[in-house]
Amino acid sequence: MLIYLPLLILLYAAIACLLFWNKPKIQEYLAVSATIGLLGVASLLLKNVYQDGIISSQLGGWSAPYGITLVADTFSALMILISSVTALVCIIYAHDNIDKLRKSKGFYIIFLFMLFGINGAFLAGDIFNLYVWFEVMLVASFVLLSLGSTKAQLEGAVKYVVLNFIASGFFLTGIGLLYRVTGTLNMASLSMVIQEVKSPELVTLCALFFLLSFGIKAAVFPLFFWLPASYHTPPMAITGLMAGLLTKVGVYAIIRFFTLLFVNNTDFTHTLLLIISGLTMVTGVLGAIAQKDTRKLLSFHIISQIGYMIMGLAIFTPLAIAGAIFYIIHNIIVKTNLFLISGITGKINGSFLLKKSGGIYDHYPYLALLFVISAFSLAGIPPLSGFWGKFTLAKAGLENGDMMIVAVSLIVGLLTLFSMTKIWSKVFWPAMPESQVNEQRPPVKFSMILPVVLLAAITLYIGLFPSLLLDIAMQASQQLLNPEEYISVVLNKN
Amino acid sequence: MNIIIALIIGILFASSIYLMLHQSFFRLILGIIIFGYATIFFLFVIGGVTENSPALLGGKLPSSISELADPLPQALTLTAIVISIGVQLFLIVLLKRVYSATGTDDLDELNVTDDLDKKLK
Repeated sequence: MLIYLPLLILLYAAIACLLFWNKPKIQEYLAVSATIGLLGVASLLLKNVYQDGIISSQLGGWSAPYGITLVADTFSALMILISSVTALVCIIYAHDNIDKLRKSKGFYIIFLFMLFGINGAFLAGDIFNLYVWFEVMLVASFVLLSLGSTKAQLEGAVKYVVLNFIASGFFLTGIGLLYRVTGTLNMASLSMVIQEVKSPELVTLCALFFLLSFGIKAAVFPLFFWLPASYHTPPMAITGLMAGLLTKVGVYAIIRFFTLLFVNNTDFTHTLLLIISGLTMVTGVLGAIAQKDTRKLLSFHIISQIGYMIMGLAIFTPLAIAGAIFYIIHNIIVKTNLFLISGITGKINGSFLLKKSGGIYDHYPYLALLFVISAFSLAGIPPLSGFWGKFTLAKAGLENGDMMIVAVSLIVGLLTLFSMTKIWSKVFWPAMPESQVNEQRPPVKFSMILPVVLLAAITLYIGLFPSLLLDIAMQASQQLLNPEEYISVVLNKN
Repeated sequence: MNIIIALIIGILFASSIYLMLHQSFFRLILGIIIFGYATIFFLFVIGGVTENSPALLGGKLPSSISELADPLPQALTLTAIVISIGVQLFLIVLLKRVYSATGTDDLDELNVTDDLDKKLK
């Protein structure tokens, strides 16, 4: 069945790669073909779910709420599609970006397992299984982050592993508490039982445990400190994938839990989310402005952009959640692209530091153009994809009367533009620094420029023809806010 | 009995956080391990503490189902133990690598990632 394929392709490809441990070349072919296959399956899954409604399936033959449930609604299917796009471009980029040593130590295998965990988390219909998928994803990401064992990577990995272990502990505690209060772990049946719980304050307590745990994973204010300390350390193909996808899995879980389960006390929980989103945007962008290293600057931007997604959830109208979903998709593409571009400029300049960079516009004008597309889109300049995301969120905020957060989001947009011009004016615009003028300018490898062009083309496409993605996001948002279809599909099927 | 278990879990959580806030690697490892135990123990007793009444092994059936031990938290606990031991082992090996790469066991000295430009000079 279609819903299993996104998982099975990756699992089998990873196992097949393990059989060819000594042959990284074969592993690469397998991994690339698996991600291409995944892209095809994911598009098919999204098409089916979009046209015919939610699909669900029970692993192991036990009917819900006792069995292991997999559910694909429009939101999950869309996330799987976007994760496969990101994975494909990163694995092409990795061809020349990842060195031989890392490839021979199982880069492709870990890559596939991480993707396996990510897709599992998107499909999980049961909170304990969601925990297990999270762990699959996290353990793989621990290894990817520290693979190669440079000093900076090891140090970044310590911070990343410790904080994520604590986050998982809180997740587990939340699961235990929620099971005690409701007696079930299946999300669909939780969604019903939770309405009739006798002590709603305990449910709010559970909500806080989950918010804390997913908040650490999604890097929201004030739980984001591990991110700028670790994300910039591995090679760019790995950073690009992690920056694009991992925090968004946390955001996905927050959106799923706070639309399906914790909707009884929105006065408290969603106001809290609104405050968090505003502070996340502001601290992220202020942190970015202060940085001197392209990779750290972009890392802080991840945090700032997470704020917009949480803002959409916190406003909690159909349009706002559609805006948040649209924003996640746009942001994954743009963010990954910015990291990949900075990987290329860093290679040309031999450094990621702003003051040691320069001359890209003179010698590689097409690279400058590709950067401008992504950077302007991140800042929300029309007609690029970020504009529609911000426009939808702002419109939803104004309709709901949340002037404050709309104002904050627009100011943060301006500051984003400011920090992007900082990269532009240091890396792209000025002449090469004196020390590097005489050095030979390395040609940019085709395998590194192709992913960047692909992602920029997707950004342009979403920007010029936003209606298709907006329609899909709108349908996903309707499904999230009216969980009756989700519940009936999961519980009535054997 | 419940009070004692609650107290034990509380003390485990508190001491693990206390240990993690220290600078040394060894206390971080101890803190992480105790934190893992605390969450697992919490998960284990969440189904309620019962005496001598396993749910699936048959024998004498009690008068009401609420007197039976809840098997689900036990299953969850097993999964959680496996996962947390895996992560703890990874962390121990990672810290050993960090120690041999940096020559320090002070967490406060792990600041290469914070000022890259200073270290690159």
